[in-house]
Amino acid sequence: MARIGVVTFPGSLDDRDAARAVRLAGGESVNLFHSDESLQDVDAVVLPGGFSYGDYLRAGAISRFAPIMEKVVDAAHGGMPVLGICNGFQVLTEVHLLPGSMIKNEHLHFICRDQVLRVENAETAWSSDYEAGQEITIPLKNQDGQYVADEATLDALEAEGRVAFRYVGFNPNGSRRDIAGITNERGNVVGLMPHPEHAVEAGFGPDSVLNGRRGTDGLSFFTSAISTLVAAT
Amino acid sequence: MPTIVVHVMPKPEILDPQGKAVGNALPRLGFEGFAAVRQGKRFELTVDGEVTEELLGKAREAAETMLSNPVIEDVVAVEVVTSEAAS
Repeated sequence: MARIGVVTFPGSLDDRDAARAVRLAGGESVNLFHSDESLQDVDAVVLPGGFSYGDYLRAGAISRFAPIMEKVVDAAHGGMPVLGICNGFQVLTEVHLLPGSMIKNEHLHFICRDQVLRVENAETAWSSDYEAGQEITIPLKNQDGQYVADEATLDALEAEGRVAFRYVGFNPNGSRRDIAGITNERGNVVGLMPHPEHAVEAGFGPDSVLNGRRGTDGLSFFTSAISTLVAAT
Repeated sequence: MPTIVVHVMPKPEILDPQGKAVGNALPRLGFEGFAAVRQGKRFELTVDGEVTEELLGKAREAAETMLSNPVIEDVVAVEVVTSEAAS
């Protein structure tokens, strides 16, 4: 069974939800701690959402120096699937596994809503169970969610198909080119601001047209990683 | 005790949402005549003893690698302030 580690930093909020999502997708979740110096032989890693270190200095800026991050960076360079959600995405940019950065939302408000995304790249380790162009609805909740990068970086991301997810209908935070999530060249590292782990179980997900809180569009992130790991063995 | 002061500002090409909000609030409160506001950060690194070139070098390195994110921010100054000047 695929073993997927979820790292808890001081101030992580969604680590348990992420671990639960891993289990619902059919994987085994492994709790990892920021001060650990071993990845416990996991096959993939999720950096969850939250406000690690209270977002002091910059969101994700202090967590990226956690002992476990050195191991995560090495593993990512070796091809291990790594997913950063919200604060986890911010950590991935701070540690330079993904380009660009997040700054405060354009409107300065914390925002929480069910958000429609388009899957732009269905070939990453975390999106292979989607169809390219598929629209999904998952919750979004952030304060520092405005994705920024210089024009050359944005052009390169677009040209190389590394914009993995894009906001549809409404840009909730002023992100450049409606970017919700990106991937690295290899497709094993993915970061996004919205929260797939909050849309994995009917009754607790976002509202759909037909039913309240029935949305489970986020589950395929986790099944994708498991499929990717199975295909690699 | 001497202090090494590090000033960090958002890059000019990066929109500064906080500075913009402050800039919009100023005229509402009667502070007219300011065309724009940008908001940055000031770090005070207190030194227990003397500020050596080595220590200043470490402060510059910390400023570039941790206190600022080069993707969105510039370190605009790293300077030494003595306690006499500060008080």
